[in-house]
Amino acid sequence: MNIDKSIFLEKARLIRRKVVETSYNSKIPHLGSCLSCVDLLVYIYWFVLKIQIEKVDDPNRDIFILSKGHGAPALFQVLAEKGFFEEKLLDTFGKSGSFFHEHPPKPGYINGVEAATGSLGHGLPMALGMALAKKIKGLSSSCFVLLSDGECNEGSIWEAAMLAASLKLDNLYAFVDYNKWQATGRSQEIMALEPLAEKWKSFGWEVDEIDGHDFNSIDNAYKKIKTQLNKPKIIICHTIKGKGISFMEDDNNWHYRVPNEQELKNALYELEN
Amino acid sequence: MRNAFASELTKLAKEREDICLLSGDIGNRMFDNFKENAPNRFINCGIAEANMMSMAAGMALSGLRPFVYTITPFTTTRCLEQIKIGLAYHNAPVVIVGTGSGLSYSELGPTHHSFEDMAILNCLPGIKVLAPCDQNELKAFMREAITLDGPIYIRIGKKGEPILNTHQQIKIGKVTELMNGNQFLILCLGPITSEAIETSNKLKEILGLKPTIVSMGSLKPLDEKFLMTQLSKGYKYWITLEEHSVIGGLGSTVADFLQKNNSPKSIKLIKLGIPDEFIHKLGNQKFVRSQYGLDSEGIFDVLEKLC
Ligand SMILES: Cc1ncc(C[n+]2csc(CCOP(=O)(O)OP(=O)(O)O)c2C)c(N)n1
Repeated sequence: MNIDKSIFLEKARLIRRKVVETSYNSKIPHLGSCLSCVDLLVYIYWFVLKIQIEKVDDPNRDIFILSKGHGAPALFQVLAEKGFFEEKLLDTFGKSGSFFHEHPPKPGYINGVEAATGSLGHGLPMALGMALAKKIKGLSSSCFVLLSDGECNEGSIWEAAMLAASLKLDNLYAFVDYNKWQATGRSQEIMALEPLAEKWKSFGWEVDEIDGHDFNSIDNAYKKIKTQLNKPKIIICHTIKGKGISFMEDDNNWHYRVPNEQELKNALYELEN
Repeated sequence: MRNAFASELTKLAKEREDICLLSGDIGNRMFDNFKENAPNRFINCGIAEANMMSMAAGMALSGLRPFVYTITPFTTTRCLEQIKIGLAYHNAPVVIVGTGSGLSYSELGPTHHSFEDMAILNCLPGIKVLAPCDQNELKAFMREAITLDGPIYIRIGKKGEPILNTHQQIKIGKVTELMNGNQFLILCLGPITSEAIETSNKLKEILGLKPTIVSMGSLKPLDEKFLMTQLSKGYKYWITLEEHSVIGGLGSTVADFLQKNNSPKSIKLIKLGIPDEFIHKLGNQKFVRSQYGLDSEGIFDVLEKLC
């Protein structure tokens, strides 16, 4: 095992643990949604983004937007672990008067958050604007977005997709957390999402399709699409909602539920072993 | 309230073949009963609210009676032009239902808050803007809505709202007096009415006062006939209470009414609602209401100072 992969595994396990604990302590839902994208967030924050924590307002920093804003509990843990703010701030998670609740607020309240999300379908178009701004200003940095599959129901996603291709924004990267569920059912049953990769391809994007929990797959795909010029890029990441905790995996009840004490114990036990 | 919505709509769908339900990937399991009874009249339209709204317009123009249901910001401002053109301009008989209105999803932050929905829809010609205070008003409004022409917006809460209106005759555009008193006239819109009722207990206990508390039920049509009768009642203060911006909602509408009808100068209007700002320090509905003085104690404090 190489060194990179061990950081990936270690951080992903740590973030999963904290997300589960927070969900229990603060009664925050969307646990399945968070667990499904932890690996992608860890990859993006530890292996992709060029951001200096001391210079978070550097105009030439890379930008990440969590377009599936309900994954905020995972994002907040990642930001704390990366050192964007002191971990003890997370003690206020879910408490009255805190900025740490179910979605990322607008910039300025939680260090490292680049855009308020929570209403699905806003993150990609905003990142499109930011990527274009970088081009106009002659900056070399990039914008990264994490989308959910249900979010790809929104017309605004496809409007952004067409424009990004026409603007040839090769500094715009999207990852789809493709866990096959949305709030009330299977993504494919609600909207005919498939063939998802073909759709993005036909919209003019450079596309790869991989296992979104496997470090090597993610890493290879990212390194490959990165070299593509004149096109926006997307990696369709096949994931499992609730990934990492056997009794939550692929069970959409964990979109809404928070664990009880026994479930918390079982979950933590699984993550330790 | 949302459960009452689901069960009442299921009843209506059994009675009438033209009732359809369009939902934007929310309400997990809530509509199981509806789906069982009218499987082809339940459409999960996905997370694509603009499309859902225009589609409802098309269905209504084809003789059906669609109800469109999702979280308030997504069923109102997210698809505003679809409402303006498809529903209001075409006078399409669609019932829009916004769930989790105002501060009901307070912890979810500004993306899920709605303090502007009524103001915005209020200025679209031909659309009725209703905000029932409890499930009794909601059910009555739903039943009446499907007998009327044109689009209707119903703004509801979440769950667990207390029942306040037990009157037999609940009608769209007609207020219900929940408490008859003197000194203050409190005009309320939506489930936040319960805070005024709670305040009245304290008013009675501590100050020996009994206010008049009215559930408006509807912003448009406004029950002007009722308001006219109140002009001469000698109230020094008219107080409006809503879980909505103080701009453009009940407070503004009542101010317009008073101005239009040359109300006696002695009447002072006090608008209780959300100020013109986004909320960053989050918490549950109770917490945020208290931050803005919109809970029973905050209302009591306002009234006490007026005595
Ligand atoms: C515009 C909009 N409509 C509806 C919602 C309510 N909502 C929150 S999460 C969600 C669906 C979640 O499914 P998906 O987007 O696939 O993400 P997952 O949780 O499966 O990762 C919905 C409909 C929303 N947040 N924004």
